[in-house]
Amino acid sequence: MGRVEGKVAFITGAARGQGRSHALRLAQEGADIIAVDLCGQVNSVRYPLATPEDLAQTVKDVEALDRRIVAVEADVRDFGALKAAVEDGVAQLGRLDIVSANAGIAGFGSAEELTDEEWGDMLDINLTGVWHTAKAAIPHLRAGGNGGSIILTSSTAGLMGMENLAHYIAAKHGVVGLMRALALELAPDMIRVNSVHPTSVDTDMIHNSATYKLFAPDIENPTREQIGERFQALNALPIKWVDAVDISNAVLFLASDEARYITGVTLPVDAGSTTK
Amino acid sequence: MGRVEGKVAFITGAARGQGRSHAVRLAQEGADIIAVDLCGALPGVAYPSATEEDLAQTVKEVEALDRRIIATKADVRDRGAMQRAIDAGVAELGRLDIVVANAGICIMKPWDEITPQIWDDTVGTNLTGVWNTVQLTAPHLVKGGGGSIILTSSAAGLKGLPFLTPYVAAKHGVVGIMRAFATELAESNIRVNSVHPTGVDTAMASGDGMAAMGGMLEAHPRLGAMMTNLLPVDITQPVDISNAVLFLASDESRYVTSLAMAVDAGNTQY
Repeated sequence: MGRVEGKVAFITGAARGQGRSHALRLAQEGADIIAVDLCGQVNSVRYPLATPEDLAQTVKDVEALDRRIVAVEADVRDFGALKAAVEDGVAQLGRLDIVSANAGIAGFGSAEELTDEEWGDMLDINLTGVWHTAKAAIPHLRAGGNGGSIILTSSTAGLMGMENLAHYIAAKHGVVGLMRALALELAPDMIRVNSVHPTSVDTDMIHNSATYKLFAPDIENPTREQIGERFQALNALPIKWVDAVDISNAVLFLASDEARYITGVTLPVDAGSTTK
Repeated sequence: MGRVEGKVAFITGAARGQGRSHAVRLAQEGADIIAVDLCGALPGVAYPSATEEDLAQTVKEVEALDRRIIATKADVRDRGAMQRAIDAGVAELGRLDIVVANAGICIMKPWDEITPQIWDDTVGTNLTGVWNTVQLTAPHLVKGGGGSIILTSSAAGLKGLPFLTPYVAAKHGVVGIMRAFATELAESNIRVNSVHPTGVDTAMASGDGMAAMGGMLEAHPRLGAMMTNLLPVDITQPVDISNAVLFLASDESRYVTSLAMAVDAGNTQY
């Protein structure tokens, strides 16, 4: 018996990285999946975003576990598209229990140099997109009458300041505020709302030339090893970065009935980085 | 394959209640157990204290799961007794991976009725006892190459609650112990986290002390709301805390450290 057997999870940003990992981990433990991803580029983002092929791979991986998945290309900035995707998914899979608001972008720049476009895209995707995700899902969670679990992906940057990330910091801190407000409003229906706060995760979001340049401006073409030393300096535990599955295991715990009385919690999966 | 298969967990206050539940839950997932409990009463505790028969029942339940358990009667305030119980358990079971500092007492009185003895017993057991547990077990974890330490604090370790002065002070102090050890033990791959329950359905939440709370709240009605859970549940079960302990003990949380994890039905958010 899986730890989320028979439940249905709605996951944004599910084409690859943490989102795909969440889909697989929840499916391994018995959940069916409603997956959305932009599957396209955002003009102000300086690393390649996920593709339709990536999302197709998530579908394949979930189906290989004998679970069902409804995958839709949708932009979290477009509430109408998200709402339609959830409705379609719930119509096909019959219910909704778990929401993982995972979709997000990263970008860098000093606060005074960020452009309106960079700021706007970041807030639209990483904060307003999270609100859209919850807003699209809540009616279905309520209608189910079984409570539910909403997990918002924030970041260590949602708990502490960092340089050259003002827009990301602002959005990810905002996610904590949204989580706390939702936890209050949804508690009477036994719908729990928590956030997870990863340190650097070993995905395409950190392994790209734009990020490498920020972390190692002094090295021409840094290797994975060289960049790893810079990332390790962020963490208290002696590791470079965490794996996507480490975030998924936290999401799984919060999604499952094992955490049935946990709400309003900010859960760092950060190798101690916020204690430093 | 259990979620903590092959690991060994040291648990204080394991005779019953949350401690027994942790022992059983970790054993269900493959761990062997080193259990200690005072098995006796402290003055002023207004609910029935654990007994040697309770500890024997924990042994029985763990063994029924085909796991090994070494159980010793020991007071967390007694460093000599703790050292012997820990060393004997590790020698017998071969390793140590998980530490659950769970032992605690709760004496409910208005601030002006707290005696020095109540203060000393509560701080001695709930705070110094936790320090003893961590400091005396950590060398075994360091030697083993890593581990997970889980300290039982309380919603009262994150916010004030009335009629519990020494308890609130000690449980806040537990967060300090957690954060301090998390920094120094990180280089040894040892994680340190705390759990913060709201009311749990155990003997501690029964008896004359809890009955007297009604009267105290009647005398101070504005404070009643502080006991309210955000989720519409009156009380949680020991297994709810055990599931959080299990997550923090397992490799699923291998990069989670210095976290104060509320398992409080939203009590601290209300």
